[in-house]
Amino acid sequence: MNSDDEARRTVARIARESYGRLIALLAVRTRDVASAEDLLAEAFAAALEQWPTQGVPINPDGWLMTVAKRRHVDWLRKGHVQMNGKAHLVASEIEEASYMTEELPDRRLELMFACVHPLIERGARAPLILQTVLGITAKDIASAFLVSPGSISQRLVRAKARIKECGIPFSVPDQSEMPERLNAVLEALYAAYSTGWDEAQDASELAPEAIWLSSLIATMLPAEPEAKALLATMLYTQARRGARRDARGCYVPIDLQDVALWDRTQISNAEKLLHACNRSGPTGRYQLEAAIQSAHIAQRLTGANCWAAIVSLYDHLIALTNSPVAVLNRAAALAELAGPDVALAELSAISKDKRILGYQPYWATLGHLNLRAGNIETGREALRVAIGLSTDDAVRQYLRLRLAS
Amino acid sequence: MNYMMLIHHDEAALAKANHKELWADYAAFNEALAKAGGRSGVRLQPASAATSVRLRDGKTEVIDGPYADTKEKLAGYFMIDVDSVEEAVTWAQRCPSARYGTIEVRPVHEQ
Repeated sequence: MNSDDEARRTVARIARESYGRLIALLAVRTRDVASAEDLLAEAFAAALEQWPTQGVPINPDGWLMTVAKRRHVDWLRKGHVQMNGKAHLVASEIEEASYMTEELPDRRLELMFACVHPLIERGARAPLILQTVLGITAKDIASAFLVSPGSISQRLVRAKARIKECGIPFSVPDQSEMPERLNAVLEALYAAYSTGWDEAQDASELAPEAIWLSSLIATMLPAEPEAKALLATMLYTQARRGARRDARGCYVPIDLQDVALWDRTQISNAEKLLHACNRSGPTGRYQLEAAIQSAHIAQRLTGANCWAAIVSLYDHLIALTNSPVAVLNRAAALAELAGPDVALAELSAISKDKRILGYQPYWATLGHLNLRAGNIETGREALRVAIGLSTDDAVRQYLRLRLAS
Repeated sequence: MNYMMLIHHDEAALAKANHKELWADYAAFNEALAKAGGRSGVRLQPASAATSVRLRDGKTEVIDGPYADTKEKLAGYFMIDVDSVEEAVTWAQRCPSARYGTIEVRPVHEQ
């Protein structure tokens, strides 16, 4: 391997591992994500040019950071960037250049909080985190979120402009603001994990990235139970991933999954996180979601009947979120306790909710419950609608089999 | 907002499909679309049945076959009235034809 290849590979490795760290450091200085990206792009270009001949520096992150900062000074001198406190910034450039051999501080948490600021439109928050902290391209984000690349790029550009124009702070909020702001971060990460409402679907391509970001935030904010709970929720789901399809590629619901295919390490990590967060704080949405997952898994692994506990956890979740999806899932659990007719009566409460009428699992549950209750025609009709609303062939295949039986 | 979903089929890929399953899926899709207030849809005969007409310098030309000689050919359309382009794209993703071609989602000029 020649040194040119080595330099390219080093740049590629750093781009992946340190991208967010470096963007965060630069953006915290300039309060400008778009120019942080431009500066870093220039620094990476300089690295590709110089490292093959001069060798890879001992601290590549520090080298890239210093070059990016020098470029920033050049920009300021040329008048590229109009900003107050110019002199201070130039002085601090020189002072901070001495960081070269020291470990760089980690400001990714501050960057994530800026990305979910209330002034940033909701639909741009998760994409902005994915792009700035992980360097994922607009094109990949677009396919995962089912949005056209052009419109996601526009959203990202608008969001970065707002950060700059409104002077959105890069800081970790204080205790008074923390619950709301943290909730926005967690919501964005959960959106990145599931990219949609459809729990029957496989988690997205972005699932491992979202888990990585959630573990970052759970580690950086050890006192926040909801951050741990979100990570636990993702790990419980991820642990069952290998069991969600049978050999023919057909979807398998949790009650029929082969538990030997579950990832026990991920389950035990999730259990530890859930245990830790139940000890340390109030009961929030993600703690309830994680507890429900834990009960489902315990039920399969130990044979214990946890349906009453699951229904009561959903009661708390409904009180907290008023979510029709929680009402739906509670009804499905209630059917196991009190039979399908009682569950169907509960579902009539959300049967007019516009949010639920396009939701595939609603029709699938309605179909299954009606078939169990002996309402064959109503059940079959609901299952057909569920097939029509599916975007996943494995789920379609599973429902087709139910319809045929 | 009104959108047209234009169905473009790869006719060779479609010929290899399990047709019984495909039309059952289409029946389910139509049922779901009707429940959600979908407007209308039209299924066309194969592109080989098309006749194309144009006027050039006052002279009429009539040609056998479709207008564009592409691998994927227009096979029909659906009209939908939804709140956002994201919702329209989700319907396109659900459409069974997405597996055998491309669904083009186009906003309709509102009068």
